Amino acid sequence: MRSSAAFVFTQERIVIVITLALFVLFSATLSNFLTAGNILALIQNVSILGILGVAMALAIIGRGIDLSVVATMAVSVAWVLQLSNNGVPIDLAILMGLGLALSIGLANGFLVAYIEIPAIFATLAMGTVAYGFVRSLLLDDNLIYLKGASDTWFEWIGSGQVLGVPNAVLLFGLVALVAHVILRITVAGRFLYAMGDNPVAARSTGVPIRPLILLQYVTSAAIAFIAGVIAATSVDSVETRIARSNLVYDIILVVVIGGVGLSGGKGSIRNVIVGTLMIGVLVNGMTIMNVPYTLQNIIKSLILLGAIIVDSIMNPRDEQTSQQGDI
Amino acid sequence: MRETLTRLRYRLVPDHVLGEILAKNWIDNAIPFVILLLTLAVLGALIPGLLTLGGLSGLAPQFGEWLLVVLAMTIVMLGGGIDLSVGSVFALSNFVTLALVNMLGWPIPLVMLIALACGAAVGLVNGVLVGYLRLRAFLTTLVTLIIVRSVVDMLILAYAVKVARPVTRSAIWDFISFRHVLGMPVSLVVALTVAIAGHVFLTRLRPGWQILAVGGSRRSAYNAGLPVRRTVAMTYVVSGTLAAAAGIFYASRLNAAGSDTGVGMEVLALTAAVVGGNSLGGGRGSVFKALLGTIIVLIVSNSLIRLSLPTGGSSLVLGLVLLAAVAIDVKWLKNRGKVLSRVYVSPTYMKLGRSPETGEHSSSPYAVNDRLRDVELIGLGEIDGPEDPILDAEGNLYSGTRQGDIIRFLAPDYRRKEVFVHTGGHPLGMAFDREGNLVTCVAGMGVYRIGPDRKAVKLSDQTNRSWFSVIDDSRMRLADDLDIAPDGRIFFSEATIRFDMSEWMVDALESRGNGRIISFDPRSGSTRTVISKLRFPNGICMARDGQSFFFAETWGCSISRYWFDGPKRGTHEVVIPDLPGYPDNINRASDGGYWLALVGMRTPAFDMALRKPGFRKRMVERVAPDSWLFPNMNYGCVVKFDETGRITDCLWDRRGTNHPMITSMREDRGWLYLGGVSNNRIGRYRIPGADPEWTASASYRGDKP
Repeated sequence: MRSSAAFVFTQERIVIVITLALFVLFSATLSNFLTAGNILALIQNVSILGILGVAMALAIIGRGIDLSVVATMAVSVAWVLQLSNNGVPIDLAILMGLGLALSIGLANGFLVAYIEIPAIFATLAMGTVAYGFVRSLLLDDNLIYLKGASDTWFEWIGSGQVLGVPNAVLLFGLVALVAHVILRITVAGRFLYAMGDNPVAARSTGVPIRPLILLQYVTSAAIAFIAGVIAATSVDSVETRIARSNLVYDIILVVVIGGVGLSGGKGSIRNVIVGTLMIGVLVNGMTIMNVPYTLQNIIKSLILLGAIIVDSIMNPRDEQTSQQGDI
Repeated sequence: MRETLTRLRYRLVPDHVLGEILAKNWIDNAIPFVILLLTLAVLGALIPGLLTLGGLSGLAPQFGEWLLVVLAMTIVMLGGGIDLSVGSVFALSNFVTLALVNMLGWPIPLVMLIALACGAAVGLVNGVLVGYLRLRAFLTTLVTLIIVRSVVDMLILAYAVKVARPVTRSAIWDFISFRHVLGMPVSLVVALTVAIAGHVFLTRLRPGWQILAVGGSRRSAYNAGLPVRRTVAMTYVVSGTLAAAAGIFYASRLNAAGSDTGVGMEVLALTAAVVGGNSLGGGRGSVFKALLGTIIVLIVSNSLIRLSLPTGGSSLVLGLVLLAAVAIDVKWLKNRGKVLSRVYVSPTYMKLGRSPETGEHSSSPYAVNDRLRDVELIGLGEIDGPEDPILDAEGNLYSGTRQGDIIRFLAPDYRRKEVFVHTGGHPLGMAFDREGNLVTCVAGMGVYRIGPDRKAVKLSDQTNRSWFSVIDDSRMRLADDLDIAPDGRIFFSEATIRFDMSEWMVDALESRGNGRIISFDPRSGSTRTVISKLRFPNGICMARDGQSFFFAETWGCSISRYWFDGPKRGTHEVVIPDLPGYPDNINRASDGGYWLALVGMRTPAFDMALRKPGFRKRMVERVAPDSWLFPNMNYGCVVKFDETGRITDCLWDRRGTNHPMITSMREDRGWLYLGGVSNNRIGRYRIPGADPEWTASASYRGDKP
């Protein structure tokens, strides 16, 4: 136990060191990296990734995964904008959008907990279904603009700032803090770790596994909705086709590279923050260097691959310990 | 009246077939097949012209490519993994082919080899990462999906214009692109060939079995010494190669390298594989399932395009199909065993005749006495399950045990014992042939001959398969008792084809007639079923005319006689119709009669239950097995009958402690040896007035009666 804790700390420290090294490297070599505007933009850009990372971390800690976070985020908030553009009051629209997001989370949880479909497939297919359902039946277009509720408190959520700090960053901090408290202090949080560590043992000791899985995916959908609201109000629009992009892999990258074990039960919100910072610095630097998008994808994928390899070495699975059907 | 209806109902409706079908492996294909029919019905109604020859043949080239990709996905899934990179490999192969043919003008066969090698290389990377480094298949292949896709996008960005330029076409290229073989496009012919080869590979060859073993249980495969890591890695290499092959055909057909080539193909392939019934997590699936799934998904996705749904509509439908397919798969896998155990036991109607009187002072030939009270006990506590003891010429006593041995107690006092031979199954009925070999029915294995040198030879373990049996009844599950005809033919009973030895009592709840009598002819080595549909045929004993044998039907409570030679050849008739108990083994007696063991006595309650199949069915479904109503097997006796079926003697043990359940008795030199399949002893009873020189082998030689 002690050695593994020390090891996780080591991985986290390595990531911090790499982040700092990248930061120093970019500051020294790229003329417009270390400017106040760029640093602010950097943090603002990664806060949404970070919030989604928190959602993903909750799912992964409970030995699941939520590949539908991006779809949930995009379609629920797109619907909010569409409703508000159609004249629905913004607070009601937000409630309806939140309801949509929670329903998607509930459906995920139901499929995983009660139908017992592997989380990776349930959420993958659910993302497709959610996108298809909302896009074909509820939305007029792929790109929904924020028109109905512009210049209101709603738009301020993502674009405003408090004491010079962008709201997005503050909200990232808030979400992270709340999630951290939930994981560390509440019974549900401790049960989540127990379930992720060994679901069978957790069930034997009386942890209500199935309701907990429901809660896990509902929470992750709710956090995705918050991220969506921030993203939409910061650029005044939602592009629903993001649901079919590679963004979800960036989120997994953030979570895994920070040190949250994919086999469940390991890691904390701090790992997500560390991972977010590293990816933020990396992507920002590559963008300034004008690295093509596809090449950026390759670099990020290679880093993710490296992170998974390190993860599998630190949390080894072999023929004796691996679970059947665990892919 | 009501009983007549019940009888007709159970005679006409074959209830047992449902359980037998559910127990079949091919039943897994039923669900995807029904889905296919539903799909065709629904879409055929929605889209006019979909199901015409023209509508379907338009899909043929695409079908070939898709089938290759789905096969790629399937083989990885069978090995317990998943390969999401198939779509990207498809695109990579497409681009490589077009670049080498159109841009560089290389010869086609070389180009194909290079494209296949590219696919295999990506597969190798996946295989090393997932197989040897033990990474998670889903995330790893997702990463290779993105990397390969990005590489292809970059290549297309750089060379799109040059690649698109058509160059002089070669004969081979034209053949692949446009020609039809047997009315099918070349790609489909190749894909079907690959499918057939894949089927043979997976079902008949060792590496294919190893893939299924690894997918079915990685841990067991590892512990059994299979090369788990190499096997897993190999599935990814095969997968990459197949996806690349599909890409080559796509290139030849469309001659275009767009950035959307193969996008989303992995989800389609996954959907097809799962809809077809291949299990996520591996070990269960087949090429045929992949084929079914491909057809379904191909038709659905093409129909969705033709239905011109609003944007996102086809995502919705495909996602729902995937979810429904996985949900059915998961639930089917989990509940099939449960359903099977509920419906497999299917009782039927049977009415037994009136049970004869057994009262102690009655005039009945079965009247209870206490003559077995003081039998001598042999091997008490040293032997488990001596179904049918037998003695050799020297008077040594042989008996099978539940542990799979044949134990020999040495004459004259039977205090010393040794393991004569180890068979591996439970040896039941026994007989000595003329050469002094011990022939025995071994439950679960078949008929074996054991020479005096203790060498066991398998005589027969399968017979002809009956035409209309759902169960493959060619293998023997419960060979029970045997006897040897004067010409050397061995006739033996198989008690039931539906249950194993451990569940033999459950067969009583069915009372259907699941058993049969089989003959093995050592002269030709052939095995044929002689009589089938018997109610637990058990003991067999040759009659003294050399043309017939007596056999007992345990659940039928009757003794019959079958003629295998002579004027009545091929017929059988009942000799004793209604016994008071359940007959087991039959053996010759020294006075010209036949000993018969009654393994248990009939009870009015169970006799009545036999006439109420619905009651027994409900009992099996709702009550735990240890509370089921079974025939009474706690108290039995030995009777003697003559050729006409008249009962001439009867031996009881009133206390029922020494031999609560007698399955066999064997007379030898004035003693009667008693065995019981669940006893821990062999009994020995001195028969008053019996010929002290009489042995069974002398009787069979004709020297004695």
